[in-house]
Amino acid sequence: MSQGSQLIQDNFRDNRLPHIWCPGCGHGIITRAIAQAIDNLNLDKDKVCVVSGIGCSSRATGYLNFNTLHTTHGRALAFATGIKLARPELKVIVITGDGDATAIGGNHLIHSARRNIDITTVLFNNKIYGMTGGQSSPATPYHEKGTTSPYGTIDPDFDICKLAIGAGATYVARSTAYHVPQLTKHIQKAIAHKGFSLVEAISGCPTYYGRKNKKGDAVDLMHFYKDYALDVKMAEKVDPEKREGKFLIGEFANEERAEYVDEYMKIVERLRQEGSQDE
Amino acid sequence: MAERVIKLMQGNEACVEGAIAAGMRFYAGYPITPSTEIAELCAEKLPALGGKFIQMEDEIAGMAATIGGSLAGLKAMTATSGPGFSLKQENIGYAAMTQIPCVVVDVMRAGPSTGLPTSPSQGDVMQAKWGTHGDHPTIALCPASVREAYDLTIRCFNLAEKYRTPVFLMMDEVIGHLRERVEVPNPDEYEVFDRLKPLPNEKNYKAYEVRKGEIVPRMAAFGDGYAFHVTGLVYDEYGFPKTDTDVAEKLIEHLMNKVADNDEDIITYEEYEMEDAEFFIIAYGGVARAAKEAVKECRKRGMKVGLFRPITLWPFPEKRVHELTMNRKKVLVAEMNLGQYVIPVHRVKMPDCKVFQYGKVNGEAITPEEIITKIKEAY
Repeated sequence: MSQGSQLIQDNFRDNRLPHIWCPGCGHGIITRAIAQAIDNLNLDKDKVCVVSGIGCSSRATGYLNFNTLHTTHGRALAFATGIKLARPELKVIVITGDGDATAIGGNHLIHSARRNIDITTVLFNNKIYGMTGGQSSPATPYHEKGTTSPYGTIDPDFDICKLAIGAGATYVARSTAYHVPQLTKHIQKAIAHKGFSLVEAISGCPTYYGRKNKKGDAVDLMHFYKDYALDVKMAEKVDPEKREGKFLIGEFANEERAEYVDEYMKIVERLRQEGSQDE
Repeated sequence: MAERVIKLMQGNEACVEGAIAAGMRFYAGYPITPSTEIAELCAEKLPALGGKFIQMEDEIAGMAATIGGSLAGLKAMTATSGPGFSLKQENIGYAAMTQIPCVVVDVMRAGPSTGLPTSPSQGDVMQAKWGTHGDHPTIALCPASVREAYDLTIRCFNLAEKYRTPVFLMMDEVIGHLRERVEVPNPDEYEVFDRLKPLPNEKNYKAYEVRKGEIVPRMAAFGDGYAFHVTGLVYDEYGFPKTDTDVAEKLIEHLMNKVADNDEDIITYEEYEMEDAEFFIIAYGGVARAAKEAVKECRKRGMKVGLFRPITLWPFPEKRVHELTMNRKKVLVAEMNLGQYVIPVHRVKMPDCKVFQYGKVNGEAITPEEIITKIKEAY
């Protein structure tokens, strides 16, 4: 396991740094957690492929020193599906955002989960469209503000983890840019998991989300995640009034189910055997 | 030479057989009439070849996965029809920008919108050229017979691999669903071109560097041991995003010029009874068959009529069309739309050559009689 600058040297394209993210953005922390998880797993770096869509989070692929693909808005999972099916030995990780994955790319998210294809999605949820200047997303909390919801959103937000589980994802967890060790552990487990895994990583956006909703600066957002995150294992044990206003973090699903590429390769193998019997 | 296998085949089927002969081992798509047989046959045939087939959740995903399959090292294809071709356009532009080879088959049906899903059309010809945003190269081939659907699908893959760009096979529904006798060529009768890759363990591989004497950058696959980056943003020779004006200009010029500078390699056409023709028809795909019959009839009546059939629709064979209009008085462009391919004909023809257009959009194929009637009016 490499530490600090060694981790950067081993996993980042350090000549591409510094990154483009705003001061106080949580995305750098989450990207580092991904690198740490890959490093902890001792994966063959030539066999790691990281695919992203469009948005703040999706710029992460440019900084990570693996096979990296920065695709079109919402479509990272569809590109990743092609790569994984064509070359199953690759470890395919998708980096996406709340708008990218649950609005324009929502269809690909639910169908990737349904197939249970062996892809890990790390969804950077900053609850806003940052790259385009602070418009509300499907993850902007109900009645909170963005530049396109100046009076507060009137459409409820998705519970992204429930959405993924409902669609068939077999490993699902949530953490935040504050809870780095837990976040790293979840990403590590997600990558090691066979099947479709999703880790929702809540990221502070002081520039737009924080400012539009008077949530304070980067440090205030960190305090909010520290104070209002409740581990799912603890949730049942604490008094109901202590759960008020809190959001759950932790592991929500971890199960085994037939994986898409494995199932496909079984057909290939069956046909190969039938073919050799014919000869 | 080995004897050729003779088969009764449909255009869509010939396309799949041709693609497999060209080495296609990845197909991702979404069902849409009248191209669905292509997906169905790929689903049946590819697993037995160790190839990959996947039915995606929508047309956009079909295009995206196809590009992903190609980037992972397999020759990849998708097929669709008008509404799906519209949906795929953004990712087609992505493939053009990132220079990832792939083949997109569009079996053209009558539009706009849902239109007449089972009826023929050639209404997507301009969409093939201008469908995605920004300046980008376009290579589009158009078969007029089932055998040609086979041959041109192979050629689509060769051009895609050679020029690192998406290539379109524009079939009209007439050819897609036509069944005719096909003498399947033997492997020694056609060329198969594979993308140039970097040498194994090359140090300092630059993913988008064009090497001396070569047309396009050498393409490694993900997993080959080169940790390279691919983006739809303007990028430098390493593949990393850049906003410098000179980098942007150089990149887009490269995309355009790699095709424009090699148009003689890409453009093919057929000329029929053109030597002494005073009046000629321009027709492609299924319509060209009716046009050829019309030429035969006109010749019987002593009319000096010929046919120019572009096989490569894009790049437009402008040098040849220009030459042909030099000493001929009239040209009739017949197509199953209300005037798409006639536009570049107007642009390149000599001033003294008069251009007529015959278009049809009611969902029926154009007949020889209709073309003859139009020729008689204009002759």
